[in-house]
Amino acid sequence: MMDNLIRFVLVTMLSLAFLTGCQKENANEILIGQFGSLTGNEATFGISTDKGIQLAIEEINKVGGIKGKILKVITLDDQGKAEEAAQVVTRLITQNKVVALLGEVASSRSLAAAPIAQQNQIPMITPSSTNPKVTEIGDYIFRVCFIDPFQGTVMAKFAIENLAAKKIAVLRDVKSDYSVGLANFFTETLVKMGGEIVADVSYQGGDVDFKAQLTEIKGKNPDAIFVPGYYTEVGLIARQARQLDITVPLLGGDGWDSSKLSEIGQDSINGSYFSNHYTNESQEPMVQDFINKFKAKFNETPDGLAAMGYDAAKVLIAAMQNAANLTPKSIRDEIAKTKDFQMVTGKISLDEQRNAVKSAVVVKVDGPNFKYVTTVNP
Amino acid sequence: MIKRPLLTFLALLVVGLAFEFSVNAYIQLTIIYVCVNMILAMSLNLVSGYTGQFSLGHAGFMAIGAYVSAFLAFHFTIFPESLNFLNFIIFGLIAGMVSGFAGWLVGTPSLRLKGDYLAIVTLGFGEIIRVVLLNLETVGGARGYYGIPGFVNYTFAGITLSRFVSGFGVSAFWLVITFFLIYRLVYSSHGRVLISVKEDEVASEAMGINVTRMKVWAFVISSFLAGIAGSLFAHYTNYLNPSTFSFNQSVNVVIMVVLGGMGSLTGSIVAAIIVTLLPELLRPLQEITGVDLRMVIYSFSLILLMILKPNGLFGQGLGHGKKSKAA
Repeated sequence: MMDNLIRFVLVTMLSLAFLTGCQKENANEILIGQFGSLTGNEATFGISTDKGIQLAIEEINKVGGIKGKILKVITLDDQGKAEEAAQVVTRLITQNKVVALLGEVASSRSLAAAPIAQQNQIPMITPSSTNPKVTEIGDYIFRVCFIDPFQGTVMAKFAIENLAAKKIAVLRDVKSDYSVGLANFFTETLVKMGGEIVADVSYQGGDVDFKAQLTEIKGKNPDAIFVPGYYTEVGLIARQARQLDITVPLLGGDGWDSSKLSEIGQDSINGSYFSNHYTNESQEPMVQDFINKFKAKFNETPDGLAAMGYDAAKVLIAAMQNAANLTPKSIRDEIAKTKDFQMVTGKISLDEQRNAVKSAVVVKVDGPNFKYVTTVNP
Repeated sequence: MIKRPLLTFLALLVVGLAFEFSVNAYIQLTIIYVCVNMILAMSLNLVSGYTGQFSLGHAGFMAIGAYVSAFLAFHFTIFPESLNFLNFIIFGLIAGMVSGFAGWLVGTPSLRLKGDYLAIVTLGFGEIIRVVLLNLETVGGARGYYGIPGFVNYTFAGITLSRFVSGFGVSAFWLVITFFLIYRLVYSSHGRVLISVKEDEVASEAMGINVTRMKVWAFVISSFLAGIAGSLFAHYTNYLNPSTFSFNQSVNVVIMVVLGGMGSLTGSIVAAIIVTLLPELLRPLQEITGVDLRMVIYSFSLILLMILKPNGLFGQGLGHGKKSKAA
């Protein structure tokens, strides 16, 4: 009896798999696919981006959508796994039949998904995958953020010109390609500008004890430490560094951008600097407008990733409005034409490699707030 | 008897063709994942189910197979692109042999011991493989290995057969080999020996069986097949990332084996289907409700199944002689 019941349930569930494919198509909707890490280790990235995108879509739908059609975003979770990203994107394209894709934050997932978008000729805009390889996949892949070589250069320049720090230690996360790439570009520029890397040590994302690496760094007496990792480890590194009486500032990239940074690092992280896509202290009306709307809807201050998500959606919406028709091909062509487009994270133009040319800001950590320090132009 | 594998293979090919014309690329991709997981589950079942050794490093062997096969495909071509699925069979074989060798290296010292040592050693081994791949710049390191040569579309007389057809063909080929290899092995005298090792090591040793040799043997075959599964995965997804082959993936395979029933090939097959399809099935739920209940329901159904069927779906009497009413 029980066995029959189980078997019945199983068969029903499995046959459902193929039935769910037959979704009703609505002629008055434009479907956009989004994939991101809504769960998993980097969940805050995916969730922030998702909120930014939702806000942008809601705005355009309030004024009647595009060409009389309402935009609908289908968001699927890839759990922060590359193979899931591939599967989810295949689903969005072949089953949901989306005309454009938004995603992923992490470059490794974008790399898994981009060939599928390219193969099916569906334009894909990644909000914040900074690895140069992503857009090299093909002419349907775009990004609205700067790339790692630029970000590494920004921090190296900042260290030498603004902090007058010549002797720098690098502490990189070998598990993350983002971190390794950033560390390499940083080192390259710094050495070219006359700086010196006094120590280059590594850790693995997920580690909790960094005292061995920090003790080694302390022995070299650097002027600053470059830690291009993600917020969880950076917070812990900051605390342990202060415990070891290392008082020099830490420097980092946009992987620091999370409200969790100061929660984990507490006082220790104050006075450190990182490069970011935007600052919420900017007095630009568009930025203030975005922050107010975001606060009204989600009751929190948007971080950089939310702003990037918002901007990616904005670029897509603008392209759809300009496009002659809503086929993936013409949307792609319009995205490629994006030039001097004013967004929350700055003015953006897409170059021939489909990368965004835009400025970066350097901010200083001050408790939960990130104080604007300077803007670096490409 | 010799005809049956061939017939099965042909039948699978027909099914594959049917899928080619009836479902979209997303479902096709899921079907390939099901095939990969079936091979993984059946191969682990040989070690865990039949021989009674608990291994937690299956993802490591899969990773070796995947990366070796991908590496070979980047650097060598034997057949031209129009026949490249034959390349993938050969690369799969080599990848499997490398994995099998790794299995021999790991198994030889650790399988001499009784108890749970194998679990610890294989767990460590899997992590070593992952960390090595993470730091190996020639295969992409943490960024991942992308642009791996994969299955291609074919056009005959105006009809285009997508990459799924050759991909599924190769998968079916290995699936049949895996199934019949393990099936015939288990029902041969060697298989009886393996089962005797599981039932009582001391008694089988007293009967003159070289217990360690048999265990290593089963372990090598199992790693070989895991390597082949990895190769299939690499050439169909065209992208590999070390994070795919984490401890979680090993546990996932163990789940399939336990869910299907230790020592039941049918069980492994059915469980591989369920474990792969269930999370996908629940995706529409996320689209409709907007809340990610997927993993909650998925985990909950696993718990429920284990409570209702503690021996796994097909896990009674090892399939030998005594057949349960349900099976």
